[in-house]
This record gives sequence, structure tokens and C-alpha cells, in this order.
Amino acid sequence: MDYFLELFLGGLTRGSIYALIALGYTMVYGIIGLINFAHGEIYMLGAFTGLIVASLLTVFGLNQYAILVLASLVAMVYAAAYGYTVEKIAYRPLRQASRLSPLISAIGMSIFLQNYVRLAQTSDFLPFPALIPDLAFMEPYAHIIGSAELVILLVTAMVMLLLTAVIRFTRIGRAMRATAQDKGMAMLVGVDVNRVISITFMIGSALAALGGVLIASHIGQINFAIGFIAGIKAFTAAVLGGIGSIPGAVLGGFVLGCTESFATGYVSSDYEDVFAFGLLVLILVFRPAGILGRAAAEKV
Amino acid sequence: MVGDMGKNVFRMVITAFCAALMWGVASGSGQAIEPIRLGVAGAHSGDLASYGLPTVKAAELVVKEVNAAGGILGRQVEILAEDDVCKPEIATNTATRLISLKVDLVLGHICSGATKAALGIYKDAGLLVMSPSATNPELTQSGDYPNFYRTIAADDAQARLEVDFALDVLKVKKIAVLHDKGDYGKGLAEYARKFIEASDGQAQVVLYEGVTPGAVDYSAVVQKIKRAGAEAVIFGGYHPEASKIVMQMRKKRLPTLFISDDGVKDDTFIKVAGEYADGVYASGPRDVSRNPLAAAATEAHKKAYGSEPGAFFLNAYAATQALLNAVAKAGSTDSAALARALKSEFVETPLGRISFDARGDAIGVGFSMYQVKNGVYVEVRQ
Repeated sequence: MDYFLELFLGGLTRGSIYALIALGYTMVYGIIGLINFAHGEIYMLGAFTGLIVASLLTVFGLNQYAILVLASLVAMVYAAAYGYTVEKIAYRPLRQASRLSPLISAIGMSIFLQNYVRLAQTSDFLPFPALIPDLAFMEPYAHIIGSAELVILLVTAMVMLLLTAVIRFTRIGRAMRATAQDKGMAMLVGVDVNRVISITFMIGSALAALGGVLIASHIGQINFAIGFIAGIKAFTAAVLGGIGSIPGAVLGGFVLGCTESFATGYVSSDYEDVFAFGLLVLILVFRPAGILGRAAAEKV
Repeated sequence: MVGDMGKNVFRMVITAFCAALMWGVASGSGQAIEPIRLGVAGAHSGDLASYGLPTVKAAELVVKEVNAAGGILGRQVEILAEDDVCKPEIATNTATRLISLKVDLVLGHICSGATKAALGIYKDAGLLVMSPSATNPELTQSGDYPNFYRTIAADDAQARLEVDFALDVLKVKKIAVLHDKGDYGKGLAEYARKFIEASDGQAQVVLYEGVTPGAVDYSAVVQKIKRAGAEAVIFGGYHPEASKIVMQMRKKRLPTLFISDDGVKDDTFIKVAGEYADGVYASGPRDVSRNPLAAAATEAHKKAYGSEPGAFFLNAYAATQALLNAVAKAGSTDSAALARALKSEFVETPLGRISFDARGDAIGVGFSMYQVKNGVYVEVRQ
């Protein structure tokens, strides 16, 4: 039973890592129906920014909590700027093009950002400091769940609640929902659609950067390619939970993380991905829109 | 027509010249004393020539030095180089030709496949063969070729060393063998598993798994290691996964020993894993850079050929020395006497002080265990 619990909690934390990245995917998809393949790269950029800021602040001798908060904030702002720019350069000119064009453009952006970081920074692995300190009261449970994992789990839950509230209760949330339903109609009733989409990208990118800093400080290393696998897994989580749905991304992350964890724990880690993607296929066969996705009628 | 005539005349002149030269050599060295003929077989042309030619140069350098000092047993040493372009089907011809030229010893071949193809022919002819570069484990371990020796560690040498170290030095009973599903890592892990299982119950493999490279989290595997009760992990793979697994093990307060390979014996591993790297064991190539003989051999190559030596140069240098030393110690080129000499006599080479074990692998060549201590890899002295 202990073993089951350990695997379950391990799966939850792994799932919350996926979920934190998946939230940005799902938000962008929900608003403009675009799978933003460069999202994993924004996550990677966030981690790099976090590393640079944290190294700088450590030189100034700030305390650990301040460094964690400041590094996260700077990374989020910086990534938001990237999200805004990427959208403006790569997606906005293709807004009226067929669905395939922005997708290809997104893949191009992803390749560009990866290689940009490889050239501008390094192709080596870099150590990432453990910004999340070991909490004293967690020590008895350290063999099951670490402090960093707990923090990631809590942050994911908080972000999910916050996002849901923003979309449901605020003015910009209402504009987002309107844009998602019908861009043309939203424009007609006075919603600045371009601005809404920009803001969506900025929020999504900021979340990816937050994920980047927290996850990198948990894993302890980064390089220019970390966005790729994390992005693929997060994308899978988003699709699993129902792409476009905020709680769906988190649920999808948890389901994916736990499946992988149990597959490794009870079968073999050789087949980890087989189980994860097998589950994805199964769910999509029975619920094509994902677990929490709503099967929307195609607009004609 | 005229051109053909010219060519023929040219050829005749060359032939005559060569004949005169050979007669001169034969009469110069004294007709009663036959030279020791050292066959050098390997890829001397084609795509893989860069693996084979340094061996010819190494042999030339050693032979030049030996001949200048009066030869072996009063006999000069002569090199007969034959090309096999690393192809098994050509290597059999190469072997036949060397035998028909009455060589006494063979240095080569270079590639494992070509070596294997040629070995049976040499064995039938009672010839002793030493390769500087063929790493296929079967060549020595199958026992099919008692006439074969080599001055390079076999592909499974790292796994062998890691398992011996875990069993005999660390004395662990339960071992988890992990790999990264890659050719290098998985190959090594499979050998490690085989060796542990062949240890007659001295230890057992409690877990054998491949992990997904690049995954964000290895906590499930870490929990599995803990549940299996492993005292040590042997990991085949590279440092990015190794550092993640080690860090997650330590963060989950798991003190299990971690043993890995030269994919992990890299300073990046220490840089990334930081304090968690301390105590990790890794095997890596033995360091010969401080061996004065290695420096001297490299220097001789630079002087003679004006360039840095190529692949397997030092291994070939050591092999030539070992072969000629065996002839000197055995007092003849009889293969049974040579085999005894190779296995009993030590010889100082650029690779260190080497001899050969019963299977034909060089003792004192290959890998050492290292351990991270205070942020640097230190060779473990046993």
C-alpha cells in the first residue's frame, strides 16, 4: 500500500509538471484553435531566464525565498514578452490563412527558439540551483514527496483555480470567451480581438516560464532541448483532458503522470511511453474531445 | 603503341632495380640468418584506412628501434604489410597471403569482423596474432582462438570491471541494472546483467529496466529501486540521465550506491549533479598521459612522420613491443613458446606494464574505476 501511495504521489507531481505547461497550450487552443508548438520553447526560455536572474541575485546575497519569487517574476515577464512577439511575428499574419499554416509557422518558431538558445547560450547541460528550499516540516515525508514537488503541486492547483476565475468572472475573461466563440462577432460588438489574443499568449507564456523555473529547480539541470519532450508530454496531457479546457489540462496531466508512474512501478519503465500513449489513443477513441472537452459542432 | 613500349621498358627497369635491391639486402644481412617476418594486416586503404595506417607506422617505429639495436636474437625484423580494407571476405585472402610469405607473427587485424574471419586461417597455420583494436568480446572469450591476443579492452570490459568492483570491492548482494535504451547503455547493461547472473549467487539482479532519456522525472524508477532493496545501481548510459537519477535518489533519501560508465565519467556530470555527485563510481579509460613511454612514442611519430599519431597508435606500439619481447624471451618463433612468454612475461609499453591473461586479453590495459570525491573524479586504488 505504501508503494502504491508513493507511486501515486510521484505520478501526481509528474502530472502537475505536465499540467503547468499544458495550461498554456490549452488556453491558446481554446481561444484561437492553434496548437502553439513553440510553447515548450517558451518554457525552456523561462528556465534559462530564471537561471540567469537567480545567479545574479545570488551574487547580491538575497535570501532564498526572495530569489525564488524574483526569478520567477522576471522569467514570467520576459517570457510574456516573448509570447507577445512570437504571436505578432509568427501567428498574427496568418490569422486568415488555413489552419495548417500557423501550425507550420509554430513548428518553425520552435526550431528557431531552440537553436537561438543553443547558439546564444550553450549546448551543454547547465546545473540549475535548487531555488525551492527543503522545508523542515516535510523532512519525515521526504522519501515519498519532496518540498519542491509539493510546491509544484500546490502552484499548479492555484494557477488552475486562478485561471478559471479570470476566465469566468473578469472583463478580459469574458472577452476571451467571446473571441473563442466567434472572432468576427466579437469584433462586431467591440471586442479588440487582437489585444485579447495577445493577452492570452502573454498569460500562457508567463505560466510556461513559471513552470520552467519551478520544474528546473526541481530537476536541477537545463539545456536548450528540455522544451521538446516537456512540450510533447504537456500537449498530450492537454489533449487527454480535452484541449481548450482549463481543468481538463490539469486532469489530463494527472492522468498521464499517474499512468506513467504506475506503468513504471508495476510493469516496466521500458513501456512507460507505450502505456501513456496507449491510454491517449483509448480515451480519444471513446471521447474524441478528451475527458472534459466539449464536442463542439463544427461551425460552418 | 609507342606509349605501351615506353611503359614496358619502364617496368623492366623498375623490376631490375628492385631485384638488384633485394639481392643487395639479402646479401647484406648475411644469408644464413633469416629475418623475423612481422605481418601487419589491417585497413591500409579505403574508408577505414585511418584506423589501420597508424598501426603500420607504430610497427615501423618499434622495428626501426629494435633493428638499430641489433635486432632480436641477432635477427633483423622485417615488416610485411597487407591490406584487408576491413572486409571479412578480403581478410581471408590477406591471411592466406601472409602465410604464403612465411611470416612468423601477425600484428592485426584492425576491425573485429575482419579479424574474426582471418583468425581460423592463422590458427590452422599455427600463427600467433595480436590486434591493437579488435574489441569484439567473443574473439577472446569464446575460446575458439587460443592464438589470438589483443592490447585493447573488449567491449564488455567496462561491464566486467563494474560488476567485479561491485561484487568484490563493494561486496553488494542486490544490484539494480538500469540503462537508457540506447545502443551503448543497453549493451553495457546487458553484459552487466549477464556477468552478475554468472557469479554463482554471489549477487543477484533485482531490477533490470530501461529508462526514457530526457524524461522530466524518474521518481517511479527510484521508488522501484528502493522497493527491490537494491544496494547498488549499475547504470549504462550518459550523464544527463545519470545525474537526474542520482539527484532524485538522494532527494528521496535513498543511499543506494551508484556505479556507471565512461558516459558518466565526465566533468559535466559533477557540474550538474553538484553535491549529489559525491560518492558516485564510474569506470573510465585508464589515463596514460603521464606515462613517459607514451610521450616518447608520440614524439617519435611526430619526428618520423611530421604529424600527430592516429587511432590505436599506442595500442599498436604496445602490441609490437609485446610480440617482439615474447620472441626475445621465448628464444624462438615457435607459437607454443611465444604463448607461454606472452602470458608469463611483463613488458613496459606506452600503455603501462602489460601481460596477457589465459584468454588473450591484455592485463593492465583498459579501464579503471573512479569515484567522485569533493567534486573531482579520483581513481580508486584497490
